[in-house]
Amino acid sequence: MTRAKYKDLGKRTVEFYGHGIKNLQDIEIKGRLIVIEGPDASGRSTQIQEITTRLEADGHAVLNTGLKRSELVGRGILEAKRDYNLGRKTLALYYAADFADQFEYKIIPALQAGYIVLADRYIYTLIARNLVRGLDRTWCHNLYGFAIKPDIVFYLDVEPSVLIHRVFQKNSTLDHYESGADIGLSEDMYESFLIYQKRISQEFHAMQKKYGLIPINGNRSMPEIHNDLQKRIDGFLQRVGNQ
Amino acid sequence: MKAEPRGKLIIVEGIDGSGKSTQIHLLEKWLAYKGVSVFRSEWNSSEMVKEITSKGKKKGLLTPTTFSLLHATDFADRYERNISPLLRAGHFVLADRYVYTAFARDIVRGCNPEWVKKVYDFAIKPDVAFYFKVPVDIAVDRILIGRPKLKYYEAGMDMNLSNDQYESYRIFQGRIIEQYDSLAESEGFTVIDGTLNIEEQQNIVRKKIMPLLEGHQTKARTRR
Repeated sequence: MTRAKYKDLGKRTVEFYGHGIKNLQDIEIKGRLIVIEGPDASGRSTQIQEITTRLEADGHAVLNTGLKRSELVGRGILEAKRDYNLGRKTLALYYAADFADQFEYKIIPALQAGYIVLADRYIYTLIARNLVRGLDRTWCHNLYGFAIKPDIVFYLDVEPSVLIHRVFQKNSTLDHYESGADIGLSEDMYESFLIYQKRISQEFHAMQKKYGLIPINGNRSMPEIHNDLQKRIDGFLQRVGNQ
Repeated sequence: MKAEPRGKLIIVEGIDGSGKSTQIHLLEKWLAYKGVSVFRSEWNSSEMVKEITSKGKKKGLLTPTTFSLLHATDFADRYERNISPLLRAGHFVLADRYVYTAFARDIVRGCNPEWVKKVYDFAIKPDVAFYFKVPVDIAVDRILIGRPKLKYYEAGMDMNLSNDQYESYRIFQGRIIEQYDSLAESEGFTVIDGTLNIEEQQNIVRKKIMPLLEGHQTKARTRR
């Protein structure tokens, strides 16, 4: 274990993507925000578990967050999604409310307290889904203008043809929304899944530069991906600890 | 805000106690009497969102951002399923409060004005937007006459304006009026003096709506 890990990560101000939130403009945070993005069944949750275990073993306080987990609307979204007539903007806004609730009540306070926040997806998945559903680009980006820029964002990039087998191993059926069945891409669910995931992946690639996402080859085995991610995270923490 | 629908969208704005709901009710009756196919849409009424919003409100969990986003969700649900398709199909839609209510309340709560306006920019601009302007004391007295129990967010208690809920409500409503006043010109509100008597106000409203009826297919009124 390197000494750097015991160093204070240092206080700093936050940077928002857009206008931010009024009462958070001048706050100082001590923690770090690390995000792992990637489609369903890409192995995100497994990776997050492993990384959490390691970071805690190294003495860091870690908070996990993810989508649809807010106290305010997390369950409401699950119920609302059963209503397949739900409009696209409505669902987009609902997800934004869920994200905002966790952002203000969990992510920010944890960062202020010096936690490493490990986010199982952040605004990028939400933006990508909205864009694939034809919502206006500026509108989608403005919507999440209240979010802060994370320290690092990894994107588990998995070929749709590889991904579909992982989905079957995990659930044995294809999810309605994750297959884009709500946007009429194809009569055939299998086909629809491939087209949808390809489009999501294209949006991620387009966001890579704008948001500095780090693509991680997700076609490899779970231990290989974990080694890769862990090395990068350890390296990052060491760097910030030495600054 | 986006392109023309075929129907007509008429909206009313004003603080609680400004008399706007009475006026829209009378307008609806008149249009229906004339055989116009008319629908009504009310603020904060989407079944799906209502339960969650009220739960969050009860627990005092809402921040200005989540308050704003939940109301936007509610509005989007009504807009996507109800207002927009009705307009596309050529009907008259009367909205008791529209996006301006959100602009005013959210901005008073401290949300960024540009952010809020962009969030709602999918909504079309109304054909006519009435703003019932009433001095804050008159409107507040109308509401508080029976000293009703105000709700936490309704009274603006989340903004720490005053420890007294009635005082807080008064300050909050005053700030909303400031927002409406600043929106009035840029958004082209038809401002109506809400202190006039009900008939006078309705008369002005109907005169303003009259031109919209020209060329609008009205079905012959059938007596039963």
